[in-house]
Amino acid sequence: MKTLEEIHQIRTQKRKELELRTNAKADTREKHILVCHGTGCTSSKSPQIIENFRAILAEKGITHVRVIQTGCFGLCAKGPIVIIRPEDTFYSNVKPEDCEEIIQTHILEGNRVERLLCKDVDGSKVNRLDELAFYQKQERRALKNCGLIDPENIDEYIAFDGYLALERILREGISPEEVIDIIKKSGLRGRGGAGFPTGKKWELTKINEADQKYVVCNADEGDPGAFMDRSILEGDPHAVLEAMIIAGYAIGATKGFIYVRAEYPIAVHRFQIAINQAREYGILGKEILESHFDFDVEIRLGAGAFVCGEETALLESIEGKRGQPRVKPPYPAEKGLWGKPTLINNVETLANIAQIILKGPEWFSSIGTEGSKGTKVFALGGNVNNIGLVEVPMGTTLREIVYDIGGGIPGGRDFKAAQTGGPSGGCIPKEHLDIPIDYESIKTIGSMMGSGGLIVMDDTKCMVSLAKFYLEFTVSESCGKCTPCRIGTKRMLELLEKLCSGEGTELDLYKLEKLAINIQKSSICGLGQSAPNPVISTMKYFREEFREHAIAKECKTAECKALAKITIDPEKCKGCGLCQKGCPVQAIDGEAREKRVINQDKCIKCGTCLVSCPFHAIS
Amino acid sequence: MPKKMENDLITLTIDGTKVKVKKGTTILEAAKQAGVDIPTLCFLKEINEVGDCRMCIVEVEGRRGFATSCIQMAEEGMIVHTHTPNVLEARRVILDLIISNHAKDCLTCTRSGNCELQALATKFNVQQIEYEGERAEHKIDDLSPSIVRDFNKCILCRRCVAACKKVQGIGAIDCINRGFESCISTVGDRSLNDVNCTFCGQCIEACPTGALHEKESIDDVWIKLKDPETVVIVQTAPAVRVALGEEFGMPIGTNVTGKMVTALKRLGFDKVFDTNTGADFTIMEEANEFIKRFTKENHLPMITSCSPGWVKYIEMNYPELLPHLSSCKSPHQMFGALIKTYYAEKEGIDPKNIYMVSVMPCIAKKFERQRPEMTNEGMDDVDNVITTRELSRMIKQANIEFTKLEESTFDDPMGEATGAAAIFGTTGGVMEAALRTAQDTLTGQELDKINFEQVRGGEGIKKAIVTIAGKEIKVVAVSGLSHAKTILEEIKQGTADYQFVEIMACPGGCIMGGGQPIKSSKIRSEVDVRKLRADSLYSIDEKSTIRKSHENPIVKKIYLEYLGKPGSELAEKLLHTEYKAREKYSL
Repeated sequence: MKTLEEIHQIRTQKRKELELRTNAKADTREKHILVCHGTGCTSSKSPQIIENFRAILAEKGITHVRVIQTGCFGLCAKGPIVIIRPEDTFYSNVKPEDCEEIIQTHILEGNRVERLLCKDVDGSKVNRLDELAFYQKQERRALKNCGLIDPENIDEYIAFDGYLALERILREGISPEEVIDIIKKSGLRGRGGAGFPTGKKWELTKINEADQKYVVCNADEGDPGAFMDRSILEGDPHAVLEAMIIAGYAIGATKGFIYVRAEYPIAVHRFQIAINQAREYGILGKEILESHFDFDVEIRLGAGAFVCGEETALLESIEGKRGQPRVKPPYPAEKGLWGKPTLINNVETLANIAQIILKGPEWFSSIGTEGSKGTKVFALGGNVNNIGLVEVPMGTTLREIVYDIGGGIPGGRDFKAAQTGGPSGGCIPKEHLDIPIDYESIKTIGSMMGSGGLIVMDDTKCMVSLAKFYLEFTVSESCGKCTPCRIGTKRMLELLEKLCSGEGTELDLYKLEKLAINIQKSSICGLGQSAPNPVISTMKYFREEFREHAIAKECKTAECKALAKITIDPEKCKGCGLCQKGCPVQAIDGEAREKRVINQDKCIKCGTCLVSCPFHAIS
Repeated sequence: MPKKMENDLITLTIDGTKVKVKKGTTILEAAKQAGVDIPTLCFLKEINEVGDCRMCIVEVEGRRGFATSCIQMAEEGMIVHTHTPNVLEARRVILDLIISNHAKDCLTCTRSGNCELQALATKFNVQQIEYEGERAEHKIDDLSPSIVRDFNKCILCRRCVAACKKVQGIGAIDCINRGFESCISTVGDRSLNDVNCTFCGQCIEACPTGALHEKESIDDVWIKLKDPETVVIVQTAPAVRVALGEEFGMPIGTNVTGKMVTALKRLGFDKVFDTNTGADFTIMEEANEFIKRFTKENHLPMITSCSPGWVKYIEMNYPELLPHLSSCKSPHQMFGALIKTYYAEKEGIDPKNIYMVSVMPCIAKKFERQRPEMTNEGMDDVDNVITTRELSRMIKQANIEFTKLEESTFDDPMGEATGAAAIFGTTGGVMEAALRTAQDTLTGQELDKINFEQVRGGEGIKKAIVTIAGKEIKVVAVSGLSHAKTILEEIKQGTADYQFVEIMACPGGCIMGGGQPIKSSKIRSEVDVRKLRADSLYSIDEKSTIRKSHENPIVKKIYLEYLGKPGSELAEKLLHTEYKAREKYSL
């Protein structure tokens, strides 16, 4: 148990100690080597890097340098990332065996290790992190501590104003109503995807009288390719914990649960450490921070069912039942966990709370669009140069995200579409590249914000296959409770499979659309209601491509193997005949030294000729 | 109308008709009051209200998306449309999807003609399936003696799951796997035969399709009926006579005893006897056993043992409480034992040539019949158990026009029974019958008090205090296994202050057994089936000239000539049994 006075002391003392983290000109001999210990960098051996650094420092007797594990810096494609402060040198793709050189050259000799400096998309070497184009248009708020602090050390969180918002609320007598008012004024909306106004949700839960209420943090991030929540929990768990306590105070709850996927072991581990440390400091438990408010939090592990990210299925799962949604209304604010009023907020939503309390609602709403305030974190992936985690003000255009932050598309290929909202969302085609991304505008073009997955596709991607991919996901993740989702999505997938294998007809397009609309309208929960979105939006923007699959039996991207047509470009063909020799089914016609032609009726699309042609004439 | 009640009413409009309903009424119920019958599949009133199948979707003005009428509440001023083009299209698509994953072999399905899915297909005139596709294939589970599960016909409505878990408190079945692979199964995907199923058959009664049905055994009966060497004797349980008529379109609860006996004779049974006679023996033995235990305060409360589903339940779940169970066999087993001993001897028939068939409202009786304890001198007490439904099929297959039959009476001498035996078929009936005999035995008088109203009615647990010979006896009548659990827990905790408990596995007693005519969700939500059938049994009792088991002349005669007195050595041998702890799951 720490007294308030002791916590104040920690804050002052630690803040001073960590000045070199934020001030490149800090007057100190000390250095901090920050190594990303998020899931991405961990899988490319960052724990080994940390170990090596520590071993070398110990061996060399260097005491003024500390090695710190941090959360995600965002630029996952360049991982493992190592940053040395205060000078802010940015090393990318570091390997465990590079540690020796970094210590020797950088720390001991005072020179940069040139070969490990991060290169920007244009090939230029970057000295400091903020020089990267990737970071220029970003505004890191929810991610502010990710990459800055050691997430397993509560003191570092406290140093950067951690638990100060909670302290103010509890010590300065800010009433629950006032807290809710601040959140309402900020304009913060749920970051889990649906965008429900957070303050309003708190208010709706508060007004329901009950002997017990609950705060639940939804950390069951399930969209393929999305890792926003994971990164926040790995990089700044205390921010989420602090927000849960504040929410508990505001709505009158004394108990909280965080529902995390078991596939996020690092996040789970760090959050448990955060809970333990907070309990130890008297920030969780009875009479928090010497106030009369009690609150405690427990972790509940999810077994990886996508549907458990749906709030009512999540509640069922916490209650120990099969994760299946409940029909709404009643909403959880009225009848949630064990029938009690329950507030459910997403990780990213919560990561904004403490800062809103400290800096004021106006600070938060100063950026963003009219209906969507603040920032949004996206997991940028697919055919884009800078794959990683980005946080941008609401209203940033898709073009800015893909080209300025994402560094454009590899190989200079054309942008075809971006999928937002994962399997529940839709695609945004080229003509909408300049749309400012916020809850409303993204909806008007048939997609949804979703939790923040953003997959970029270049012109080699087949949109029918894309729709099929997402339907495969939904079919295997449907809980099986309601008919439209259980059988309907399966039938949609079967129709898409028909189209991709060349057995589809124009009638199938009609059937697909009709089924999609009816599943959307009649499913119980968000999963079923949004499952047809990828089909509906791709059919809206790429109708011609669907028709080509159904009628002309053609897939121009050749992704649908059954529909791919292998042809020989007569311009490039020199008549060498190598392709003909290699063809296992004698599907290539043409006499010696003549240009060859593929007999489409015989061709089995094995691709042998593609490899054998020395003139790249076959495609 | 009092003002307070007026305040509890709300007005809404459904398909243009204004209705006033109580607050807390679902849209579906409100629609019923407006004369609108919204289709449902997964809905089973008070048992399964989950909104899974989506057939009951409706449009509510001003609301985004469809409302789920079976679970969402009617609200003041609500304007509901139940058949807009949008709703109709969605409903057709949903029905199409369900059928696309259903074995469409209606011609060879036991539920053809009484299938809720088939009825909807007819209503929507489904002629072709638009969304044909892969169908989930399942193996048929027919290993148990009582229940056959064919999940190729399952529509995942989960009414069976709710009946098993919520009503009976067993949870032998639940949904396994996810999405399209979902199916209803047991722990470790075992056969029902190898899990904690009690064979009560409430799942069958809940199933809207042919996915669950009894294990039919009428083929053997047909063969035996044609065998000149075999004396085929049939006995019918009390609950059968007030339900059989329903299978021939007669009103629920109609007493068809006379027609049933005629039909059985026409089918060719050599003798048509009444299980009620057996029930009178059960009372003699059970009342005697109770009085003994009561006066010696030995293993009280004593619990009845007529219901084989209940017996299997306690054997699996509370083996430590087995000494509380009466050692009496159930009426049809007692009766079978007497037929193959006393009757055979008297009639000069070799008991080996007797084929004893029991017509029961119960599928657990099929299991009970096979218990090794239910034998005498190496012979089964009962050779075959068929359900009310199976008997109706036999009658139909024999081309008998049931409703036009003359009435006739059970054969002598084993066809004579009392009103006390008739009410065995309903919850509280065994208790009431036992009390009638116990009071006369304890007081040594013929008392006028016959009705024990406190133990009548449909509640799951009915507690009463009766005063007999100046002594207070606390009794409890229980039906439904989840209620049985409550009572067993009280006994286990030592808080049970009662001396006599009647337990029947099925909610409402045998009249609602798993072998009875299956009533659709619609009928079950509109009519109190239990009450209609129970009332019919009480009416038989009222009209009976003899209403106490110990006054049954044939009972008296057999004790005098053969058994001696209740509890005699021979009675113990023939009419009593024993129980054993039973594993819930076999590997």
